[in-house]
Amino acid sequence: MPSFNLNQVKVGLKIMMGNDPCVIVDADFVKPGKGQAFTKIKFKSYRTGRVNEITMKASDTVEGANVVDTEMQYLFNDGAEWTFMDLETYEQLTASKELLGDTIQWLIEEDLCLVTLLDGFPIVVTPPNFVVMEIVETDPGVRGDTSGGGNKPATLISGAVVRVPLFVQQGEKVKVDTRTGDYVSRA
Amino acid sequence: MSIDDWCPTASLAHLQLRAEILGQIRGFFSKRGVLEVETPVLSHATVTDLHLHTFSTKAEIPGLGGPSKLYLQTSPEFAMKRLLAAGAGPIYQLCKAFRDQEAGRLHNPEFTMLEWYRPGWDHHHLMDEVQDLLTMVLGTGPAERRSYSEVFSTELGVDPHRDDAESLRRRALEHGLEDIGGLDREGWLSLMMTHLLEPTLGRGAPTFIFDYPADQAALARIRHDNPPVAERFEVYANGIELANGYHELTDAGEQLQRFENDLNARRSRGLPEPPVDHRLIDALEHGMPPCAGVALGIDRLIMLAAGASRLEEVIAFPIGRA
Repeated sequence: MPSFNLNQVKVGLKIMMGNDPCVIVDADFVKPGKGQAFTKIKFKSYRTGRVNEITMKASDTVEGANVVDTEMQYLFNDGAEWTFMDLETYEQLTASKELLGDTIQWLIEEDLCLVTLLDGFPIVVTPPNFVVMEIVETDPGVRGDTSGGGNKPATLISGAVVRVPLFVQQGEKVKVDTRTGDYVSRA
Repeated sequence: MSIDDWCPTASLAHLQLRAEILGQIRGFFSKRGVLEVETPVLSHATVTDLHLHTFSTKAEIPGLGGPSKLYLQTSPEFAMKRLLAAGAGPIYQLCKAFRDQEAGRLHNPEFTMLEWYRPGWDHHHLMDEVQDLLTMVLGTGPAERRSYSEVFSTELGVDPHRDDAESLRRRALEHGLEDIGGLDREGWLSLMMTHLLEPTLGRGAPTFIFDYPADQAALARIRHDNPPVAERFEVYANGIELANGYHELTDAGEQLQRFENDLNARRSRGLPEPPVDHRLIDALEHGMPPCAGVALGIDRLIMLAAGASRLEEVIAFPIGRA
């Protein structure tokens, strides 16, 4: 990959910080009128989501990262590997349970996910922002209580647990925001 | 390219404010008997300053004997000094200046500069007048004045005139800066200025910082105290550097020596070595009156007057839309 100097770094540029693929989220050029130029860059790790900052001087460079976001369809899993397919090329690839972590609970077969690849290998899988899932277990709410006020835990078919209003019942489908894990509405 | 790419980035209200402030400035100098001048934006020579990157262009100009290389000015300093040597008296100029490799929230490679000179004045006297101008435009009160040495020693425990690169590095790390390899003395001082001090300066009223380390003299005269100091100042408002001024160097020999030192430093770093402005040297040789001069960034001044936080809010078409 090419490397980038102080004048080439910009927001959105994908770079390697050590072994960690990152994206630049902020770049601030500072220079005293008669002094040396610096660029402060903030970068976010794809793997951890953490944001860090470094200052570059004129002769410094950062290494580019071959990171590509691809939309892929989630097909199936065997308990250890989750398989995704590119709908244009029909190419398939797998991501391990460890890599997916908590994302697993939002994956529904045939849903389109954003798979982030580093040198062709998946490093992050981002589920759709909203998913619809069936509730397989929740306490019955108080009959006639449709006002909202108060909520209860509900277990979804994927095993995810979300808090839903009291009037939502077992067997119903609900819409959930996967970024926050919050209930949105009945579906 | 977005659909509104043709639009100005500044609001029309800010462009009106710009026009108003330019009018105020012309009135300010006219009342004080300072002459407005214009000098060439294109020149055969340019600055040698290590940290300034000049735009150049190829030209085919009848009468100049073949193709030539011309430079866009980084400031009108050299030509204005030639006018001073010619006996122009107090002069000012509002013009465009150009610096390659500078762009960001507070930088645009093409920007508007106000530069003026006061024969017979020193840098302290000129600071009074800069303060008057800021009061007129920004409504700010009396500025505080702190020496470069006092600011660094009070705020950071650093002796900016004597500490070597290694001890500056240690201090910078203690103050939470990261270890940037390969910085020299001036590099560490720049880093501490931009990252630690600048954001705190000029809060409330503007702050003047004066008497710089001799190795940052640029075109200022050096006063041979112990340690020697460059009679240079900068002014900050709301954490932003607005202007840089000098009690000007008038000695032709020393000026030529500084240009040559710059060129040597450029050579060792593999930077371009532009031609020295011998017309300036000749003018100094002829005799430039003792004077103080200052250059002030007009776009930043307007930005502060507008309460904006990015230059593009007060420049109609910044470089991305030029």
